[in-house]
Amino acid sequence: MNNFSYLQATQPKEATGAIRDNKQAAFIAGGTTLLDLMKLNVENHDQLVDINLLAFKGIEQTSDGLRIGALERMSDVGENPLVMQQYPVISQSLLQAASPQLRNMASIGGNLLQRTRCGYFRDTAFPCNKRQPGSGCPAQDGENRGLAILGGSNACIATHPGDLAIALVALDAVLLLENAKGKQRRVPLVDFHLMPGNTPQKETVLEPGELIVSITVPTAAHTRKSMYLKVRERTSYAYALASAAVGLDVQGGQIRSARVALGGVGTKPWRSREAEKVLTGAPATEATFRAAAAAALREAQPREHNRFKVELAQNTLVRALTELTAA
Amino acid sequence: METEPSFFETSPTPNVVGKPLNRVDGRDKVMGRAKYSAEYPIPGLTYGVLKTSDIAKGKIQNIDTSAAAKQPGVLAIFTHLNIPKLAVTPNDADGKKAIGAPMGFMPLTSDVIHYAGQPVAVVVADTFERATHAAELVRVTYLTEQPIAAYTDPKAKIFDPQKIQDGKTDGKTRRGDARAALTSAPVQMTAVYTHAINHHNPMEPGATTAVWEAPDRLTVYESTQGVTRTQKALSTMLGLPNEQVRVITKYIGGGFGCKGSCWPHSVLTVLAAKGVGRPVKLSLTRKQQFTGMGHREDQTQTLTLGATKEGKLTALIHEKTSTTSPWDNYAESNSKIINMLYDCPNFEASYQLARGNVMTSTFTRAPGEAPGSFALESLMDDLAYKLNIDPIQIRLLNHADKDPTNGHPWSSKSLKECYARGAELFGWSKRNPKAGVTRNGRLLVGMGMATASYPVHNSQGNARVRLYADGHAVVQSGATDLGTGTYTVMTQVAADSLGLPPEKIRFELGDTKLPTAPNSGGSVAAGTVSSSVYMAAQDVWQRLTKLAIKDKKSPLFGAKAEDVIVDKGRLQLKKNKAKGEDFMALMKRSELTDIEGTGNGKYGAGYETGQTASPASSGNVEQAGQHSMHSFGAHFCEVQVDPDLGTVRVTRWVSVHGAGRILNAKTARSQIIGGSIFGIGAALMEATHRDHNYARYVNADLADYHIPVNADIPEMTVEFIDERDPHINAMGVKGIGEISMVGVSAAVANAIFHATGKRVRDLPITPDKILGTKAV
Repeated sequence: MNNFSYLQATQPKEATGAIRDNKQAAFIAGGTTLLDLMKLNVENHDQLVDINLLAFKGIEQTSDGLRIGALERMSDVGENPLVMQQYPVISQSLLQAASPQLRNMASIGGNLLQRTRCGYFRDTAFPCNKRQPGSGCPAQDGENRGLAILGGSNACIATHPGDLAIALVALDAVLLLENAKGKQRRVPLVDFHLMPGNTPQKETVLEPGELIVSITVPTAAHTRKSMYLKVRERTSYAYALASAAVGLDVQGGQIRSARVALGGVGTKPWRSREAEKVLTGAPATEATFRAAAAAALREAQPREHNRFKVELAQNTLVRALTELTAA
Repeated sequence: METEPSFFETSPTPNVVGKPLNRVDGRDKVMGRAKYSAEYPIPGLTYGVLKTSDIAKGKIQNIDTSAAAKQPGVLAIFTHLNIPKLAVTPNDADGKKAIGAPMGFMPLTSDVIHYAGQPVAVVVADTFERATHAAELVRVTYLTEQPIAAYTDPKAKIFDPQKIQDGKTDGKTRRGDARAALTSAPVQMTAVYTHAINHHNPMEPGATTAVWEAPDRLTVYESTQGVTRTQKALSTMLGLPNEQVRVITKYIGGGFGCKGSCWPHSVLTVLAAKGVGRPVKLSLTRKQQFTGMGHREDQTQTLTLGATKEGKLTALIHEKTSTTSPWDNYAESNSKIINMLYDCPNFEASYQLARGNVMTSTFTRAPGEAPGSFALESLMDDLAYKLNIDPIQIRLLNHADKDPTNGHPWSSKSLKECYARGAELFGWSKRNPKAGVTRNGRLLVGMGMATASYPVHNSQGNARVRLYADGHAVVQSGATDLGTGTYTVMTQVAADSLGLPPEKIRFELGDTKLPTAPNSGGSVAAGTVSSSVYMAAQDVWQRLTKLAIKDKKSPLFGAKAEDVIVDKGRLQLKKNKAKGEDFMALMKRSELTDIEGTGNGKYGAGYETGQTASPASSGNVEQAGQHSMHSFGAHFCEVQVDPDLGTVRVTRWVSVHGAGRILNAKTARSQIIGGSIFGIGAALMEATHRDHNYARYVNADLADYHIPVNADIPEMTVEFIDERDPHINAMGVKGIGEISMVGVSAAVANAIFHATGKRVRDLPITPDKILGTKAV
């Protein structure tokens, strides 16, 4: 870890201005990813701007839907009664993520920005196009068991590691961002994360100095009837091999609307419009779910060690839809 | 042996031994008062941090330390160019043997890089943070060569070693004619098993605090499973008399074999302290732990059996191929358990190795027995299904009534009782013998079992007892407590041997100033150290008896020493127990404040034969006794498998062991539970992944190297069969450090087969292998 200076910001402008003026600076909220990566020298920042005092708080139902302040902690949102009852997929994704200690520290905004667990990215002794553009991607024919089968490129197949982002992208969440000029803009989460392409180092549409202020989730029938299913190698404190966030509006055995996103398999939180298309208007049967799962994974490009994810992700999605409709 | 006292005779009904006494060190641990090796507040202490190699093979072209050296607080930066020289290194001819080092290579002796993570520099600064930062500023450029990552690399050269395990095991073993027996066997089965790289990952990483008391006198606080072995390694390398090096290890936070030897980081810390002229402490980071203290090697086993139509084994052929380092022929000796577990007249085993650019692998809990039993107990399960025989029955049918390797009778063996009791506790009779048919809703339910065994190795140690006239005692032995309860069980042994309550005993360990004890490894510590403590107590009684029979004021005056016995601290006549006196009365009258006794405890074949062999020749001694000495046990496992998602949950667990005398019911149960969980981890999730191009690990942290969490483990039932074994040592203790893990992965795999009808032979059994989409 390099030496850095530390600034505690009390106003958004103070925070965003400090970052805008220094390309090597970074915001810090919970710090659970940032400090880890700085200790590994994967990230090097000469200044950290602490944003914890900013008023980006609150978990409330508004006319636009559920609004969550970016500085709320994972544990507080996951255990919030409103979220648990009206947006179960969000609560479930949070409570199956990380460990209680990490959830108590990590902020919601920071969680959406957590970086991949790709072992090549996290070790500076390896080449990595995400860390050092143009240096290469040994994961392509290396230990790619945990890596992405959807959205990869020849430059990068790093998996987006999150759980919350999968739930939020399924539910059409919209981020409110604020830049150094105090100007705010809204970005749908589905457009927030970028595919690696030839520039895997660029992971989101955030501009230098821009902050996530809050997240809004539109309320709909499928938000209440929703769930998150995560498959992992141990029962707690493990990243998803595959996960599915699903929301359904089923009436009389017919699916009126569907929301589907997959985790553990994509280079970004993987919203599957293909699966939704199959589901919408179809009967809520296993055959439908199977067809939807097949559609979701049609574009999958597995590598040597992650072929199993094609089947696993489909089965995970089918199981989530089955359990949700049975409930 | 006959002439030596035995706990069976002197304490036929122990007061404290065997009872579930709470840990005597528990309070100090939870209060934070127990000091581990990197926690000693030495005046003038400085902090060492390793810089390790990015590449796995090649040479150091240049090390630029200028930026690091300019950092505030930096005291010194040592590289191969300026680190103080060792008198002997493991690189020297016979150096490794003289040192007793686990690896035949010492970093920072040249510019050559043999493995990723090899130390290339030690930075010493006045704070840990400054040393860490400066180490990152050391710039190393390399001349990189293409490394070999594993035996599976097509470029790897596979060879047949004469010996493996530092010469302890032959590369080839033959008993009878297995090939001929196989050819004529009506039932023939063969299968290939792989085992992932496993790392020990103790909670406390490797840690050393080195203090040079004088230019030729060193004290080292070291996280080691054996202070004696570390002392010998360091004194040899430094060219100092043994007694000039003191090693202290009061507590260690787990070892599992990786702290069984003296590794490079400890030596480098000592040299850095010499170079900088101040005490230095150094802890491995978690990442460095993965390349700093060995691992369980990546390996393939091929096991072939021949059997009669009734299921009686006639031939076993075992072949193993694994990766070793550029300098050592290390492989776990998997074949030993395959050779001895069942009555099979013909046996053959061979080892093959390939040199990879990796750190030497080393003992990892039940080295050899754990992966060897996975192969054997999986194939026995296959045989049972093939012949439609119950898995317990097939094992009973092949039960070895005597040791098949040498025909010796067992000193004791309760395996049949373990099967019976385990089956009863588990409800084995309710199991549907058919695989793949028991369901719990969507989940497939399976029950499996496997046999466990671990040898009683040959060992010996010493202890000292100082008994005070006021009725308390200080008992000492240079043993180690890995966290499993040595402090506690030795307190119990001393209490009963001296007839005192346990709170009147202070047991001290972990210091080379104390009487020599063996490494806490190979499950030898409990049996050896308890016997040493017991013998030291007997020595005290002999001295007091001598005193009493010469003392005119003693009721025992004039008696013959051999007519005097001691019962709960009272010296009395064997034939007239009313005639005697308490030791306190005797000592006070004699104006003795305290009296000291020493004892040598022998363990295993050396006890039976009276030989005192060094551990290096233990193989021969083990064959020299009249009995073969092993613990035996059985594990029973229930799993629930989600066939669509590939997830496996262990839902019930029963382990029953016959392991001689159990010194403490509570700590023993905990140790079996811990070892079984260790085994469940190896069965279901533990794997270190080494990149095949870079020979470098990609998941060297505890988030990505999975070990079980609480939620993965069900309630576990552990029982012991009462065993009285007078042949193994004065206490009748076999030791339970390793057996807890032997057979565990097979029990899990067998339960998975019973649940799914699918046989998985590649560990760990992760969801992808259940799904059946095998990686290409």
